Amino acid sequence: MFDRRLVQNFDWSLLSLALILGFFGLVTLYSSVTAGAQVPQMEYYKQLVWYFVGLIFLVISFLFNYKTFDRWGHIIYILCISLLVGVLIFGEGSKGAMRWLKFGFFSIQPSELVKIAVIIILARYYSKHANTTGLTLRELINPFLLIIIPFVLIVKQPDLGTAIMIVLIAGSMTVFVKIERRSFLYLIVSGVISIPLVWFFLREYQKARILTFLDPDRDPLGTGYHIIQSKIAIGSGMISGKGFLKGTQNALSFLPEQHTDFIFSVLAEEWGLIGSVIMLIFFLILIIKGLNVAYRCREPFGTILSVGITAMIFWQVFINIGMVMGLMPVVGVTLPFISYGGSSLITVMICIGLLINVSMRRFMVE
Amino acid sequence: MHSCYWPSPEEEYKRETLSKYLHSTDSDWYKRRLTGVVFLVLTAFLVLIARVFYLQVIEGNELRRLSENNCIRLQNIDPSRGLIFDRNGKLLVDNRPSFDLNIILKDAKPVEHTIETLSQYIDVPATELMSKISRNKGISSYTPILLKQDIGRDALAAIEVHKYNLPGIVVSVKPRRHYIYKQSAAHLIGYLGEISSDELKSGKYSAYRAGDYIGKFGVEKTYEGLLRGKRGGRQVEVNATGRVVRVLKTVESFPGHNVYLSIDYLLQKKAEELLEGLAGAIIAMEPATGQILAMASSPAFDQNAFVDGMSHEQWDSLVSNPFRPMENKAVNAEYPPASVYKIVTAIACLEEGIIDANTSFYCPGHYKCGNRVFRCWEKRGHNKVNVVKALAESCDVFFYQVGQKLGVDRLAWYARACGLGSATGIDLDHEAKGLIPTAAWKRARTGIGWQLGETLSVAIGQGYNLTTPLQMMTLISGIANGGIRYKPLILRKVETAEGEIVNENNSKVTGRLPVSQRTLEIVRKGLWETVNKRKGTAWIAHVDDVDISGKTGTAQLVSRTGSNDNASIDKANKLNHLKPHAWFVAYAPSKEPQIAVVVIVEHGEHGSSAAAPLARELITTYLLKDKKG
Repeated sequence: MFDRRLVQNFDWSLLSLALILGFFGLVTLYSSVTAGAQVPQMEYYKQLVWYFVGLIFLVISFLFNYKTFDRWGHIIYILCISLLVGVLIFGEGSKGAMRWLKFGFFSIQPSELVKIAVIIILARYYSKHANTTGLTLRELINPFLLIIIPFVLIVKQPDLGTAIMIVLIAGSMTVFVKIERRSFLYLIVSGVISIPLVWFFLREYQKARILTFLDPDRDPLGTGYHIIQSKIAIGSGMISGKGFLKGTQNALSFLPEQHTDFIFSVLAEEWGLIGSVIMLIFFLILIIKGLNVAYRCREPFGTILSVGITAMIFWQVFINIGMVMGLMPVVGVTLPFISYGGSSLITVMICIGLLINVSMRRFMVE
Repeated sequence: MHSCYWPSPEEEYKRETLSKYLHSTDSDWYKRRLTGVVFLVLTAFLVLIARVFYLQVIEGNELRRLSENNCIRLQNIDPSRGLIFDRNGKLLVDNRPSFDLNIILKDAKPVEHTIETLSQYIDVPATELMSKISRNKGISSYTPILLKQDIGRDALAAIEVHKYNLPGIVVSVKPRRHYIYKQSAAHLIGYLGEISSDELKSGKYSAYRAGDYIGKFGVEKTYEGLLRGKRGGRQVEVNATGRVVRVLKTVESFPGHNVYLSIDYLLQKKAEELLEGLAGAIIAMEPATGQILAMASSPAFDQNAFVDGMSHEQWDSLVSNPFRPMENKAVNAEYPPASVYKIVTAIACLEEGIIDANTSFYCPGHYKCGNRVFRCWEKRGHNKVNVVKALAESCDVFFYQVGQKLGVDRLAWYARACGLGSATGIDLDHEAKGLIPTAAWKRARTGIGWQLGETLSVAIGQGYNLTTPLQMMTLISGIANGGIRYKPLILRKVETAEGEIVNENNSKVTGRLPVSQRTLEIVRKGLWETVNKRKGTAWIAHVDDVDISGKTGTAQLVSRTGSNDNASIDKANKLNHLKPHAWFVAYAPSKEPQIAVVVIVEHGEHGSSAAAPLARELITTYLLKDKKG
C-alpha cells in the first residue's frame, strides 16, 4: 500500500548532494587520469560505471522500510564478517595487502561494506539498550565484541585506515547514546594508564613505525615526501587554481595514490581555494543534513543509524583532507564520492539511500 | 526476550528506556546532544578551511614557486655492498665507482641538441641515445633516464668540462661490484645481476626497486641479506636547470657487512690451476671443522661480465658450452661414486659382522653370479684379498661378494648414514641430493623388482648410485676426523663495515658416520695402503714429505657387466664423452689430518692417473706452505 507522504517527505536535497559530489569526483578523476601518466584511462570509465551502479544501490536502499535493516542487522553483520574472513583466505591485493575479493569480472573490498554492517548492528543494539543515565561498562561489552571482530580482521589485511574508521564510527555512536559517567571515567583512566604500558612492551621497530605514523617528517623519503608534494600541489593552486587539466604536480605523478587517497590535492591544485572551499561546504551541508535526519526521526533506531552514517562521512572527510594537508597522520582513508574505487563509492551511496529512507519514513513512528 | 539483554531487572526497573523517552514529545534529550554534535562538526570544518586558506593564500606564492619546476626531488643514496675476503683477510671482491650518464628531459631543452653534443663525447651514436629516451616514453619528465652506464674517466672529464652545454645531463656515481681475481672462485662467490620483475613481484624483496642489483648466484645470493646494506636518500631542492641548490633532509645509507669466507685464496688459485683445461671440481676442507679451504669448478666464467653486462653471443656461448661453465660441479653436479663407494661397502660389511679384518676372498679376475659374469677391473685377478687389500687395490670381486651378502637395502642404510643421498646443507643454492637406490625405490620408479646383479653394481659404486663431490667430502673428512660429519662451511665470520664482529660461524655437527673405532682403523689402513703401497691404486699420489691416504674411483659411463663389455669399453674410451670420470678422495697427514681433498675430473679416465696427482699437488701445496709459514 503506497503512502503519499513517502513522496512528500522525500529528501531531494540529499539526493542532489550525492549527485553533485559524485560529479565532482568524476571531474577530478578525469583530470587525474588524463594528466597523470600513472593512472590508466580505463579507471575513469570504470568509475563512471560504478557511479551509476552506486545510484541503483542508493535507490534500493530507500525503497523498503529501514526497519528491515533493524530486523536483519545480525544477518547483514554475519555476512559481512564472512566476507572479511574470505578476504583473508582467498583475497587478492597489491603491495602485500589483501583487501579484495574477486567475483568474475569485478572485485569488491568487503572492509568498506563492513562499515555499514557495523553501523546497523550498533544502532540495533543501542536502540534497545540506550537510556537516560547512559550505558554501563557491562552493557558496553557486547558492542565491544561486535567491533573488535571486524577490527582485527581488517587490521590483518592490513588496512589500518578502515580499521581506524570502524573504531571512530563506533566510538562516535557510543558517545552519542551516552556512557554512564562513572563508566566513562573508568574507560578514560584505564586508557591513559595503558598507553605507556603498551609502549613499554613494543619492539623498537614497532615504536619507530608508530612515531613515523604520527610524524611523517621522520620518513623524508617516503610518507614525509608525499606530504610535502601534496602540500605543494594544494598550495600551488592558490586562490583560483591552475585550471581544469592544468595541474602539474598531478601530471608528474609525484602524488602517491593520486586518484584514491590523495585526490583532494588534485582538486585543490586545479580549482584553488574557491573549488576546495565549495567542495568542503557541500560536504558540510551533507553532514548537517544527515544530523537533521537524525534530529527529526522520532524513533531510536533511525536516529542512531543516521548519526552513525553521518559520523562515517564526517570522519572520512575530516581525516582524508586533514591528512593530505599535513594536519594528520597518513592513513589509507578514502574521500567519499571523490576518491576512485567502486566499493567506497557504493558504500557511501548506500549510506545516502539509508538517510533518505529514515527521512521519508519519519511520519510512520507512532 | 532479546538475547542482548544485559541490565538486571532491578536496574531496568529504575530506568526509563530511551524509546519511552523519545516517544514523550516534550523531551528533547537527543536533540540537545545533536546540537552539540553540530557545533563540533562546524569547528572541524573551520579548521579544514583555515588550513586550506593557509596553504593556498598565505603560503600560496612560495608553494606555487616550488611547484613550477618541481623543485623538491628525491635522490637515492645507494649503500655500498659488503666486501668479500678470504680466510686470511685477502680482499676478493670490492666495489668500484661507476659513472652513469642520465638525462632529465624537463631540464634538457632542447633535447635533440643536447643529445647530439653528448654523443660526440661518449662515442655513442645520437640515434642510439634517442632510442633509449623514446623507450622510456610515459615516465615523468623529471625522472632521470639512464643513457649509458659506466662511462670511462676520459668521457667523464669531457662531460664535466662541457657541462654547461649539456643541460639536463646528470652524472650519477654508483658503486659497482668488482671481482678482483677474474674467474677465481667464480662459482663459490657467484655474481650480481639486475633484479628481475618476477623477483620484485614475489614479495621477498620488498626493500628493492627496479634497477637494483642483487646476488643471483653463489655467496652473493646466499648472503644477500648480510652484504646488501640499507638504502638512504636525500630530499633536495633543485633550481631551474636541475642542479641541487639545497639539501633538505638526508637519510644516511648503511653499508653492508663484510664477509670473510673460509677459503684460502692461494689454495683456491692452486686448485684452479690444477683444473686448467679440464672439466671437473676440486674441494679442500679442514676435516676437524668442516671449513671449506678451496672449492673450484672448471671451466669457470668471468663474474664481472655479469655485472658489466654481456652480449647475447657471450651469454649463448656460456649456456651452450658442453662443459657447463655455469654449474658449480662441486655442489650441483651428480656423478656415479664408483670405487670411492667401496669405503661405504667396507664399513657396512664390517659393522654388520659379515667379515672381519682377516676374512679373505679369492679374486680370479671375475665373479660369477647366477649366469652372469662380473669382472674385476684387474683381469689377472688379485688372488687372496682381505678388506684392507681390497680397498688398497680396489678389488671389485671382493666387494661383489660382500655386497651380495649385505643386500642393497642394508647397504643403502649405511650410505645414507654416511651423508650420501641427501644435501649437506652448505650455504649454496641448488645443492644436488644425489641418489642412493633401494629395492623399494626401483620398484616405485620403474615397476620392476630389484635384480641381484644390480646389488653387485651398487656395491662397487656403479649402477644407480649418484653422489656430489661435496657429499664425498663429508664422507672422506668423516673418515679423517674420527667419524664426525660436519656441515661444510664457507663463511668464516661477518663484520660490520667498521670491523665489529657480527657473527662467527662455528662448526656444526650434522651427524656421525655409522662406524666403530675398530672399523674406522681398518678402513683408514686400507686408504693408507692405497697411496703408500706399490700395488695401491694411488701409488702415483705417494710423496715422501707428506703421509697421504686416499681412495681412487673410475666412474664408468658404459656398463662393465655383460658379455662383450670389454670391447664396448675400449670403444667408449675412444669417444671422449663416454670416457669414465676420474675420482680421488684423500686426506693428509694420515695421522691427525689437516686437509681433506676431493677431486673429480670429468672423462679423465682413471682416478689414479687423472685425479690423484691433482690431489697430491694440492695437499703438498697446503701442508708444505704451512711448514714454511
